[in-house]
Amino acid sequence: MFLSIFGSVEQGIIYAIMALGVYLTFRVLDFPDLTVDGSFVTGAATAAMMIVLGYHPIIATLIAIVAGFIAGCMTGLLHTKGKINALLAGILMQIALYSINLRIMGFSAENVIVKPNIQLQSNETIFSQFQGFWSPLGIDTALSNFVKSLGASAAPGTWGTVLIVLIITVIIKLLADWFLKTEVGLAIRATGDNKRMIRSFSANTDRYTILGLGISNALVAFSGSLIAQYSKFSDVNMGIGMIVIGLASVIIGEAIFGTKTIFRATLAVVFGAIIYRIIYALALRVPWLDSSDMKLITAIIVVLALVIPQLVSKQRDKKRKEKRRLERLREQRELVTQGGNDLA
Amino acid sequence: MLKLEGINKIFNEGTMDEKVALNNINLHLAPGDFVTVIGSNGAGKSTMLNMISGALTPDFGAITIDGKEVTKLPEFKRSQYIGRVFQDPMAGTAPTMTIEENLAIAYSRNKKRGLRFGVNRERKDFFRTSLEKLSLNLENRLNAKVGLLSGGERQALSLLMATFTQPSILLLDEHTAALDPSRAELITNLTKQLVEENNLTTLMVTHNMQQAIDLGNRLIMMDKGQIILEIDEAKKPTLTIPDLMTEFEHIRGEKMSSDKALLGS
Ligand SMILES: Nc1ncnc2c1ncn2[C@@H]1O[C@H](COP(=O)(O)OP(=O)(O)OP(=O)(O)O)[C@@H](O)[C@H]1O
Ligand SMILES: [Mg+2]
Repeated sequence: MFLSIFGSVEQGIIYAIMALGVYLTFRVLDFPDLTVDGSFVTGAATAAMMIVLGYHPIIATLIAIVAGFIAGCMTGLLHTKGKINALLAGILMQIALYSINLRIMGFSAENVIVKPNIQLQSNETIFSQFQGFWSPLGIDTALSNFVKSLGASAAPGTWGTVLIVLIITVIIKLLADWFLKTEVGLAIRATGDNKRMIRSFSANTDRYTILGLGISNALVAFSGSLIAQYSKFSDVNMGIGMIVIGLASVIIGEAIFGTKTIFRATLAVVFGAIIYRIIYALALRVPWLDSSDMKLITAIIVVLALVIPQLVSKQRDKKRKEKRRLERLREQRELVTQGGNDLA
Repeated sequence: MLKLEGINKIFNEGTMDEKVALNNINLHLAPGDFVTVIGSNGAGKSTMLNMISGALTPDFGAITIDGKEVTKLPEFKRSQYIGRVFQDPMAGTAPTMTIEENLAIAYSRNKKRGLRFGVNRERKDFFRTSLEKLSLNLENRLNAKVGLLSGGERQALSLLMATFTQPSILLLDEHTAALDPSRAELITNLTKQLVEENNLTTLMVTHNMQQAIDLGNRLIMMDKGQIILEIDEAKKPTLTIPDLMTEFEHIRGEKMSSDKALLGS
């Protein structure tokens, strides 16, 4: 139990970077970008391919981020310059990326053009490299003994992975907070809020839409490249439903932690992603559920997360109105008694 | 400062709905001119302002701002020189962003946007002193989301945002029309104050004839896509509403009083 939750938290922290990308498009830019399913795999495929070819994992990850950025910009170009509807532009790009991702993975082996997956079992990854620095410190044993003394049946093999992904995600979150407060960031937010207004303040909304989509998909690809290295595996189908997972994370986080400030909102997204992974792990432990049911469960989570807040606010409204009605009634009654007293 | 030469615009050309919105408009504003624009619904007032701002491009004709021809310049490039306030109080601000963030966006109008913080201490001070001029106590609510402000407060903020970077041209399209009379008066006074303070070249559309007469140094009347009457600086101070009505009858040979909208409140 503890181990599977621990694994979920690790993964959730990595997926949080993807969710931050989704937050950037869906919430900040108000652009329902479906490129995500494709660009997540692009990140994974690019990083895996380059690692297999012998590049340093950090270089491979950086190139994966650039690839995601380009994919996002393409969706932006389709929408702004090609005047294609936002949803359709994303779907087109997603479909195009499916083929492109197969080709990218094809580069990793000789004599093949396309390849549906890449194994990284024996390759160096960002995580194995960090492990090389982390293990000799001996902190793992200390922490594991501590956890066991608290009553956990088993302790994770290493705490290094959760530490490194936590560091990465916190940095990305803080960078996002900073970026959204810069002049460019403000312009991107206004582009999602009121295009006409920001255009009247000499901002090229097309350019900011493209830039926003680029950055969003760069984050998504970054997340994909880390997941590939974490699970030592890249597969052309690993991105299916990713957009819904991202959205679920954003919505869950917002519902629990609120969106008062940018800092709060991005924090909510990160926690939302982690909570989603924990729900996922718990659902998998239900005996009659199959892991393939997870997409259905994700869809249900998103639907609930969208519908429940509406019901809650409606209920609250009703209560408030009823309270006002009673107050009004009491006032009137008081007025009547007062009037009667005056007359008497 | 602003020159419109032979501006024509036809909507839906060649279809059943063809509409000549602007028919050979010529207009010249000297620096510091404050021109009020009146005319019945559909006269082409908003279309003319949209031509100047670049939201629409003319079929032919030329627009010059500050000696630069801008006819083909896209809206976002032109808005560097142009401040605008829309009729809809929702249109001029970003509702989910705070007052100071909205001001920061307006502040970057004529600068290149970079990776600096939009709001820093120095700018905050500037925003605060600018907001004080509105006397709406907004200077103490810098971190409030603009969506929470009333229509009048939003319009006052829009006006400040449009003017405090000293644009070459200020365009106001019925910017008090959506407000109740007392708020409208507040915004009218603010308009006067801000235009005078910054000595802005201004074009203001209004349906309120009294407002058109009270404000500005020149007045034009539009009808059916044309400028049918121009009152210059010498004649404007003595202008009255009956004067305008007789002029209209004289030019068009029909009574203007039938058009309630033009009379305004
Ligand atoms: N985008 C458009 N497509 C088609 N016709 C348009 C368009 N914009 C304006 N028109 C038409 O052009 C004419 C001039 O419109 P405009 O909005 O400039 O009038 P206005 O003087 O601002 O009127 P109002 O006082 O009602 O605001 C109207 O007949 C209008 O229907
Ligand atoms: Mg109009």
